[in-house]
Amino acid sequence: MATAPADTVMRTVDGTPLKVSLRRAMRRRKLAALGLVMPLFVFILFSFILPIADMLFRSVENPQVVTIMPETTAALQGWDGNEVPDEAVFAALVADLVAGSESREIGKVATRLNYEISGMRGLIMKSARRADRLEAPYREALIDLDKDWNDISVWKLIQREGAPFTASYYLSAIDMRYDDSGEIAAQPTDRQIYVTLFLRTLWISLLITFMTLLLGFPVAYLLATLPLKYSNLLMIMVLLPFWTSLLVRTTSWIAMLQQQGVLNDLLVWSGLVSDDGRLELMHNQTGTVVAMTHILLPFMVLPLYSVMRTISPSFMRAAQSLGAPRFLAFWRVYAPLTLPGVGAGAILVFILAIGYYITPALVGGTSGQLISNFIAYHMQSSLNWGLAAALGSILLSCVLLLYYIYNRIVGIENMKLG
Amino acid sequence: MAENGTAFVRFVDVQKSYDGETLVVKNLNLDIAQGEFVTMLGPSGSGKTTCLMMLAGFETATHGEIFLDGTPINNVPPHKRDIGMVFQNYALFPHMTVAENLAFPLQVRKLSRGETEDRVKKALDMVQLGEFGARRPAQLSGGQQQRVALARALVFEPKLVLMDEPLGALDKQLRETMQYEIKHIHESLGVTVVYVTHDQTEALTMSDRVAVFNDGIIQQLAPPVDLYEQPENSFVAQFIGENNKLSGRIASVEDNVCVAEVAGSTVRALAVNVGGAGEATTLSLRPERVFIEPDEGALPNIFEAKVKELIFLGDHVRTRLDVCGNDEFIVKVPNASGHVHLRPGATTRVGWQIEDCRALDAA
Amino acid sequence: MIPGKHSIAIAASILALSATAASAADVELNVVSWGGAYTRSQLNAYQKPYMAEHPEVQLNSVDYSGGLAEVRAQSEAGNVTWDLVDTLLADAITGCDEGLFMPIDVDTDLDPAPDGTPASEDFLEGTLLSECFIPQIIYSTAFAYRTDAFQNGEQPSTMADVFDLEKFPGKRTLQKSPINNLEWALIADGVPVDEVYDVLDTPEGKDRAFAKLDSIKGDVIWWTEGAVPAQLLADGEVVFGTGYNGRLFAAIEEEGQPLAMIWDGQAMDIDGWAIPADGSNIEEVKKFLRFATDTQRLADQAKWISYGPARKSSLPLVDKHAELGIDMGPHMPTRYADQGFLIDFEWWADNKDAMNERFNSWLARS
Repeated sequence: MATAPADTVMRTVDGTPLKVSLRRAMRRRKLAALGLVMPLFVFILFSFILPIADMLFRSVENPQVVTIMPETTAALQGWDGNEVPDEAVFAALVADLVAGSESREIGKVATRLNYEISGMRGLIMKSARRADRLEAPYREALIDLDKDWNDISVWKLIQREGAPFTASYYLSAIDMRYDDSGEIAAQPTDRQIYVTLFLRTLWISLLITFMTLLLGFPVAYLLATLPLKYSNLLMIMVLLPFWTSLLVRTTSWIAMLQQQGVLNDLLVWSGLVSDDGRLELMHNQTGTVVAMTHILLPFMVLPLYSVMRTISPSFMRAAQSLGAPRFLAFWRVYAPLTLPGVGAGAILVFILAIGYYITPALVGGTSGQLISNFIAYHMQSSLNWGLAAALGSILLSCVLLLYYIYNRIVGIENMKLG
Repeated sequence: MAENGTAFVRFVDVQKSYDGETLVVKNLNLDIAQGEFVTMLGPSGSGKTTCLMMLAGFETATHGEIFLDGTPINNVPPHKRDIGMVFQNYALFPHMTVAENLAFPLQVRKLSRGETEDRVKKALDMVQLGEFGARRPAQLSGGQQQRVALARALVFEPKLVLMDEPLGALDKQLRETMQYEIKHIHESLGVTVVYVTHDQTEALTMSDRVAVFNDGIIQQLAPPVDLYEQPENSFVAQFIGENNKLSGRIASVEDNVCVAEVAGSTVRALAVNVGGAGEATTLSLRPERVFIEPDEGALPNIFEAKVKELIFLGDHVRTRLDVCGNDEFIVKVPNASGHVHLRPGATTRVGWQIEDCRALDAA
Repeated sequence: MIPGKHSIAIAASILALSATAASAADVELNVVSWGGAYTRSQLNAYQKPYMAEHPEVQLNSVDYSGGLAEVRAQSEAGNVTWDLVDTLLADAITGCDEGLFMPIDVDTDLDPAPDGTPASEDFLEGTLLSECFIPQIIYSTAFAYRTDAFQNGEQPSTMADVFDLEKFPGKRTLQKSPINNLEWALIADGVPVDEVYDVLDTPEGKDRAFAKLDSIKGDVIWWTEGAVPAQLLADGEVVFGTGYNGRLFAAIEEEGQPLAMIWDGQAMDIDGWAIPADGSNIEEVKKFLRFATDTQRLADQAKWISYGPARKSSLPLVDKHAELGIDMGPHMPTRYADQGFLIDFEWWADNKDAMNERFNSWLARS
């Protein structure tokens, strides 16, 4: 164009810069794409992202003491922690106890403090019930009511947990605690449990992943190579566990594997074991591994199958025609081609296994309990949601870490789910 | 050409059935000489690929025996047959580089590292891909993958190479280039090649001999020229090249010439594969052997023809005529100076020699 | 965990809640309980007669598996849909502390006994332990054993026998919780039932209880679901098992399993009603509660399940089983009260966090 401006910007016929015009043309398409993605995004936001954020927040939030006992918290601000506080702090405590009893909120403080030191609940509740009848000097009155008020560690606890955020849930979750002097220390050995459980959970999940791979690989191979009429039947058998309720399946495992169960009866009948030597296959780690391997098998078989189905039989034939015996051809050519499926199946099974709790609860006895059982326990029974959240956050970080390592080694783009 | 006893590959009375009810390959007998390039040509389902797979060892013969270099190989597993094979979709291992693909058969044979590298390099140079050893198959074009597959099938120096429609996935131009290349390699290495295709051009240009398969039977086994010029039955005549067929009935046979009645006209033809007088027959006639407006009496067969359609193809005009009741009769009229010029609807005359018109079976 | 507990409580409660939408009564109350035989006994004794008298009220039955998780979640969400909850005393105490349940004045909100005794005196001593909790039944967790397991010699009858692997070998099933098990360990070790908590309150007592439990640990299958111990006993997987006495009654009398009770050392517990705070139908709930906790109604429930009524005035009214025709008197845990102990809820409220941790840690070590 003879009248084109002197600058180098590309322009349309009417002089609009080409980039602006392009952006305008693309806007409608972008809006449409956004509209399609929006419902899922909102759903994930409310069903996944916000709950996880809430969990992370709960594992550190500590509002009970600071909001329900504001005066005590304030009064303890300047306390040096060397000896039992003075009358002003006791007076503030009594005021908080009276107000807390009135609002019926003081129980929350009692529950919260009892997590840290046994007996704190009783101390707080007893004092709160009688607080409105106490008379100055409050220091003597309270110590007279319960001599625990003369204990510095009680006051240190209140001062420490008077902060709006706390690390004590995380400390509990890794078998640590604040000792009487307020230093971080290991739990006494008879109360240590979670580190063992985390390690056991990882170990059992890896074992289950390996077992599903061992059992699932040949099945997936058959599925992918058999003629359709047979593979359909086999596929139904693989998927059958999907269609039965988890409880029914788990219960049937109990009937199969318990000491007076079908399997043991068969073994005794066939003379392989004596009646006194019946195997313990249930209510222990074996039970958990067996039942969960069964339940999670389809999650290994399906990704493997979908990858194997795409591997042309001519690869195996080519390898054989080039001089490789069947097994070598399988190992050098077929197996590496299934890696994306193995990776997808393994990560799927592992992540599901690490979070399973119904099956271990029913068949795992004590040695087959996983960390999720304790998260559920703290959610449902002990109501210590802060600790449950801390355990859950640690579990989540473990999964993310493993995912990261997996990505570095195998590469997530090599994963194929179907 | 193969002679009994000295054949490199022999199929003896080979039959194959998958379901126990129908035969996919019916009584195959075939001898292939050392260094020969034999193509199995036929429509899909004709049994040619099954034959190749039996030779490679991926299918077992239901009956009969296959010999390789004088030894029966029915019970030899594929990896011990020492046969190179090029697959339809190349079957290059996607997780290995080109060089690793080529090294695979050598590693399996436990060759030393140095020798493996030498041979891989030589094989890559042979197919002009010397620079591509470090690439993955997915980074190559179709033609390049084809060459790698070829190099891989040859790198361990097998005496026999099987090719299962290796050029099927390439475009026309590349296919022609590759045909010459394969032919060239075959000649320079002296290796025996058994090649399967459904593309007759490929079969005709590359092969020493072509076996035309149909319905589980070799219909004709002959060098390309013979196959085209002297088809032995109407299937081969129809399958190879363009063909005009006239269905009629034998009136008389005298020596090797017969007279046939075709839609009221009398046609003289070479008796190749016919019964006695009164039997049905199919006459086969190549379009390029038909003369337009021949001089009266110049040819033994001259008939009236009606022009139905003209298709201009540059160097010649493909002309569809109605001759002896067949309105699919094709004649190729050269676009030469001074040649006759036809119009649709016009009436003209066509004629041909006796030896160009072969009387075959009626199928 | 309590008798009648269902593992599919959540599914059932969803069903129950969706059923709510269909009815068209003036007042609808969601009454939450443990499901199964236990809820059935309540429906027969309480809900059905009440709805017959008050056609304008629709009582929906919701099942849950105990604990305060749902109540707390509803309270935190500000959307309290449960109107009345059947709960354990221990949970009621915690819920009351946390303000999840509302206080009830026993004498003004509940009827006196037929002879005019005020309600606060009519309920069994030591059962009115929380101002938010109306006792309903006394149940116990006790041992049962297989009568065919020890055919040659004497049959077990005391807690010491239960812990004696030499005289009575075989597997035992115990609830996976420190509650009761620590007490039993001490009783088996020779501590009189009325001194159990004094001993347990000392560090040496705790060590002693765990040491005694250690002696049978290898032969214990731990249960968490109330239905499991009766099943394990019936299958012959264990020779001793603790269970809720109602469940064990059902296994012995209704199913005819070869089991017998050991009432010695039974741990008595109280189950009752609590009203979630901030509900929308408090007045209507209180009307129903008054009806459901009167002397006759509490006695009626014992016709359907072998748990003892919490009112003294109800005890003489306990009759035969409504379907089996068995005299229910001998199956009431309250009849053997002197052989057992009432769980000390104050002690457990203070010590459960530490004891649970120690117990779980003890379990995890093998």
